[in-house]
Amino acid sequence: MISPEAREIIVNALWRQNPGIVQLLGLCPLLAISGTVVNSLSLGLATTLVMAIASGSVSVIRNFIPQPIRIPVFILIIAALVTVVQLLMHAYVQPLYLVLGVFIPLITTNCIVLARVEAFASKQSTAHSILDATFMGLGLTAVLVALGALREVFGKGTLFSGLDLVFGPAAQDWVIHVVPDYGGFLLAILPPGAFLGLGLLIALRNWIMDIQQQRAPRLVPAGESP
Amino acid sequence: MKALARDILSTSLTLLVFAVVAAGLLAGTHGLTRETIEATERAARQAFISQTLPAGGFDNDLIADARPLPADTLLGLKRPGQAYLAKKAGAPVAVVLEVIAPDGYSGEIRLLVGILADGSVSGVRVTEHRETPGLGDYIDKARGDWIDQFAGKSLANPPAAAWRVRKDGGRFDYLAGATITPRAVVKAVRKALEYFAAHRDTLFATSPKETP
Repeated sequence: MISPEAREIIVNALWRQNPGIVQLLGLCPLLAISGTVVNSLSLGLATTLVMAIASGSVSVIRNFIPQPIRIPVFILIIAALVTVVQLLMHAYVQPLYLVLGVFIPLITTNCIVLARVEAFASKQSTAHSILDATFMGLGLTAVLVALGALREVFGKGTLFSGLDLVFGPAAQDWVIHVVPDYGGFLLAILPPGAFLGLGLLIALRNWIMDIQQQRAPRLVPAGESP
Repeated sequence: MKALARDILSTSLTLLVFAVVAAGLLAGTHGLTRETIEATERAARQAFISQTLPAGGFDNDLIADARPLPADTLLGLKRPGQAYLAKKAGAPVAVVLEVIAPDGYSGEIRLLVGILADGSVSGVRVTEHRETPGLGDYIDKARGDWIDQFAGKSLANPPAAAWRVRKDGGRFDYLAGATITPRAVVKAVRKALEYFAAHRDTLFATSPKETP
């Protein structure tokens, strides 16, 4: 059902070249917004959407873009798409728009978007480009959500607080209080907690890779490049 | 030389085409979403202000009935703010004042204070603050119910000496670990009530022109 190339792209994006914990691209929003699961997930999905459309459209017109000005054109396309997403969010999910604030326009400067456009979409077929961008975005989202969950549980003792910002007041009771009457752990909520959390996630991945490598040294390709 | 010129020209034209297409896309989206955005902004603002008023206690468009509020030290305003007059069947029943508590833990805390015609607080909401997340941010309704204890309070209830947080011998609760924040809010609400007492008639004047 899935071609080997597509499979390769998906595994690459989600694990081997994960933008959040391997390529370490797009750390600005990753660290700033990952205070709660809901914020992480929202920004992650918004970034994924922009990445998929940007990569798709660049791939379609890749043969018309002169080599010397390709970067300005890519930035132009990405910036326009981000602004469109921003306007749409402002119009239809205003509470979420207020929470994510400046980080929506900052998707433009998130280097992972440009990196996938430049390294992948400008050279590959449209279908594969969209696939790559979508899963790279989802890979980033997964790291964001993991980090958000980590920080929210340790920092506030809850999970999914703020769901009502996305689903309306009905969702106010969906908050899971993992630790009842938790006093809070400020370090996890403030920016240093994001750095520590990300460090732990990277360490965890490296540890898993080490174990895999010891078990089957020849099966893990080294120095894989996208 | 000619080839170079042609190269430069075609490259610039390509960039121009992309810029025009992108601008068109943005203009189109802006045009499509502008009215929705304005309506949601307005509705959100109206809904937020009405949180400081008793539910169903008024029937007018608060934003349409907004009036300028002069800069005043009692209100903490360094620049003119706004007051929103709530009316029921044409008669003013309450007013919502924009207030700034200047002495929060990390800078200003902006508040909306709703005051009923009898001089009692109907509700208070924080519109903007930079208090420490997880410590001082419980003044925000999204983080806790602390702010609700102002409802029903007035200049005489509790008496002036008790318009403080419990730690300072007053009537108002606070959470351990952050007393500067609630102290600033309590003080600002009290001062807003004092301002209201002094300017009650101008605030409730149905013609906005009479506001000082």
